Amino acid sequence: MAETDLRDAGAPAPEPVRHLTPATSGAAAGLSRRRWLTLLVLGVLLCLSCLASLFLGSRSLGFEDVLKALGGDTSSPAYLIIWEQRVPRTILGVLCGAALAAAGSLIQTLTRNPLAEPGLLGVNAGAAVTVVLAVILFGPLPILPLALAAFIGAVVAVVAVFTLGGLTGQSMARFVLAGVALAAALSALNQALLLANQTAYNEFRFWAAGSLEGRGTDILLPIALLVIPALLLGFALVPSLKALSVGAETATSLGVSLVQIHLLTLTAVCLLAAAATAAIGPITFVGLAVPFVVRALVGNHVGWVTLASVLAGPTWLLASDIFARTFTAPTEIQVGIVTTLLGGPLFIALMVRRKVEQL
Amino acid sequence: MTKTLKTSSAIAAQGLHVSYGERKVLSGVDVAVPSGELTVIIGPNACGKSTLLKTLARVHQPSSGSIELEGRPLNQLSTRQIARDLALLPQNPHAPASVSVADVVALGRYPHQGLLGRLSATDKRICQQAMEACGVTGLADRKLQELSGGQRQRVWIAMTLAQDTPLILLDEPTTYLDITHQLQVLDLASQLHRSGRTLLLVLHDLNLAFRYATHLIMMKDGQIIASGRPTEIVTAENIERVFGLQASIMTDPHSNTPLLVPFDTRVKADAHDAPSQPTA
Amino acid sequence: MIRTRLYTAITLLAILVLGLWLLTQGDYRVPLGDVLASLTGSEGGLGSYFVREVRAPRVVAALLVGAALGISGAIFQTLTGNPLGSPDVIGFTTGAATGALVSIILLGSTPLGTGLGAVLGGAATSLLVYLFTRRTGLIGFQLILVGLGLGATLSALNSLMIVRASLTEAQTAASWLVGSLNTMTWDKVLLMSSLLVLLLPFLVWLSRPLRALIFGDTVATGVGVPVPLVRLASLVIGVLLVSVATAVTGPIAFVALASPHLARHLTGQSAGNLGTAASTGALLTLASDALGLYAFPAPLQVGVVTGALGGLYLIYLMYRSRNEVAHD
Repeated sequence: MAETDLRDAGAPAPEPVRHLTPATSGAAAGLSRRRWLTLLVLGVLLCLSCLASLFLGSRSLGFEDVLKALGGDTSSPAYLIIWEQRVPRTILGVLCGAALAAAGSLIQTLTRNPLAEPGLLGVNAGAAVTVVLAVILFGPLPILPLALAAFIGAVVAVVAVFTLGGLTGQSMARFVLAGVALAAALSALNQALLLANQTAYNEFRFWAAGSLEGRGTDILLPIALLVIPALLLGFALVPSLKALSVGAETATSLGVSLVQIHLLTLTAVCLLAAAATAAIGPITFVGLAVPFVVRALVGNHVGWVTLASVLAGPTWLLASDIFARTFTAPTEIQVGIVTTLLGGPLFIALMVRRKVEQL
Repeated sequence: MTKTLKTSSAIAAQGLHVSYGERKVLSGVDVAVPSGELTVIIGPNACGKSTLLKTLARVHQPSSGSIELEGRPLNQLSTRQIARDLALLPQNPHAPASVSVADVVALGRYPHQGLLGRLSATDKRICQQAMEACGVTGLADRKLQELSGGQRQRVWIAMTLAQDTPLILLDEPTTYLDITHQLQVLDLASQLHRSGRTLLLVLHDLNLAFRYATHLIMMKDGQIIASGRPTEIVTAENIERVFGLQASIMTDPHSNTPLLVPFDTRVKADAHDAPSQPTA
Repeated sequence: MIRTRLYTAITLLAILVLGLWLLTQGDYRVPLGDVLASLTGSEGGLGSYFVREVRAPRVVAALLVGAALGISGAIFQTLTGNPLGSPDVIGFTTGAATGALVSIILLGSTPLGTGLGAVLGGAATSLLVYLFTRRTGLIGFQLILVGLGLGATLSALNSLMIVRASLTEAQTAASWLVGSLNTMTWDKVLLMSSLLVLLLPFLVWLSRPLRALIFGDTVATGVGVPVPLVRLASLVIGVLLVSVATAVTGPIAFVALASPHLARHLTGQSAGNLGTAASTGALLTLASDALGLYAFPAPLQVGVVTGALGGLYLIYLMYRSRNEVAHD
């Protein structure tokens, strides 16, 4: 039963390991009900937060004006704000929230470490260096070239971490250490660059806080083209990751190629995290906390956790963003600050109450 | 060196209750570990035998109940005082990378050392003796990680031995060992027992437990079902009560200790009804 | 044991040589003979002023801060049973930075106020961690998780303050956040050294139980270590060391994480040796400062150098052992 659920949930590739899931029992039926219920609730919350993101903002618009503008009435005073700002902002929030949370879920499963997150792979540190370099070389830049620079830096950093950490990850400690080492070296480099250049520092401090503000529409298409295929790839990998979660040796005996699964998963994670970081800056904690929290709701099953993360991540990011633009209106706080300021205490509360299990 | 009073207990507990969060693990256990005996606790998985051992060794705090070590209340002794009377080898002890055998054994001298932790001549002699007794003298400079499972386990026992205590607690010391090494470890325990120490072991292998124990404790669901000499309490009824297992009890022709042969569950129950003596 | 002593002797010798060399260097060169004369007080003049009032406090501060960070790293790595469980990773350094930023940006205060802010920030962070983990007894994995969560929250708070500040304040904050030995005075050295002297008896007392604690709580309890007491004392002392060090220089990256690791690697010892971690931390910080001052066309802050060096060293270690089968 759980297997059917998994396939319905969007894992397109049939895999030879499906009979791995334990036989259904009464408890499993209860779990399955809870999983569907969780997905339903998360889906409703996501719709609500999308709507709220369209209707609320630093500038207060009338409810009917927003409706008219959404209906395509160009004469509505809200038309420009809605279509130029809030719609792209909301779509970007959904894409990036889903990307970060899914990347977190996949990397946590792959490394069997509930603490793993995309930032661990050097994504943020790598992106930061190229952003700073770009600004130093070319002066203040519009968002698209800045995002391109960030994307290149993030991808290079991830590849470097894998090269050092060993692709198939025989040793998780080694892998984590590689990420930490690279991040340390890169951020030292970054600090040296920043102290020498005031313009770069000023651009960087805002980029580094992470924001959905003023991203415009031109960035949407490239980000969507990166995020959506990477998400599909991630879901296609679910059955093999599930097999891997019982141990590398068992997975091998079930016909999963370790090198292949690592390579593909890391590609998906790298694309997701790099795209999101390029678009909205380093948002920490969504990738770590969202999968962690939904795992408590749907149980330790990579397919369900990833799916629930894809719904919960955008909700969390949009909710934080709404808070960021309304709380101190008319000015805005950066969304990255809000996700962490709100998510951190929640995470601590969970840690204090629950016993943490190693994946 | 052997304790004279046969009835005295090395360690005893009354009304012991232990829970992990909501789950009750020990519910009202009364236990006495007689001095000078080799006591073995047996019971099915998750019956609380390891928990009992660790509670007696003050690693777990009981929610209620009292424990007495050589007649003194355990909770009034400092952990260091306890460590001079009682040594504990936990299940799968953790050794950090690059620790040598000599380091591990020297750890046993901890409760006897001063502030700076320098090994005195006495400390070194006792470590030496402990390593000799466990047959690991030649391995002193090797890293623990390089050793085989059986060697490693003997090193850990040498550590508890270096603690030089009258009472030694070993939690499943034979897990993951092949039969030869299991026997080596248990022979070592038996030898320590003959040299006058009191031992308390948790074991999984019933027949080895029956052979080596001079005193046996059977546990189930956080309670003690029976205790006494193996020859007295190892009965088909007790085995069925504790393990839910039907078996015949025979006598080991070499050691004259009980030998358990479980019924073949594939053979219908009525086939077992008639013959009480299974064929070899 | 012999290897450890040899290692300690070599690091101390290196510290002495490097320290003396640093005293002679600078825009105003002072020959070694004059340096020694200034130190013994038999020499006046400008050279003596530079040696005694500018360079000597800098060298001594580098050594003390480095040693404090090294010890703190060794304590936390043992406490969490994790090579990554250093105070930079589990939020204490971030907490100290938050305190300092509050003082720089919100109160617009003096360097002394910044230092005080850092100590208070570090102390408040550890109090929070203690309260959150008290029920389960400061167990390693949970300690790291709670510290990580707290560190992330605090760094968001830091980020918020930096974004909301004026560019000038933000840059003051940024240069403090790098970690620097540029403005060392004897007052700061006195603060750091009195703390170390005060803590010394406790460190001596702790070093033995900490070495037993690396074998895990059960084994440690079994041989008579009062585990809860040792954990609490370690937390308090580790936090004091890291927050006072941070107060003096700003957060110097990587020394706390790398020093115990480096010492262990070079002496072949197991974890938990406070002495070698201290001497390694001192040498690492001093050498990084020397590099930052004289190895590049423009002087670099010590925190930049330690971060780069530490990161590169770890990368080198991993590159060298890339074909080894990992055991963990």
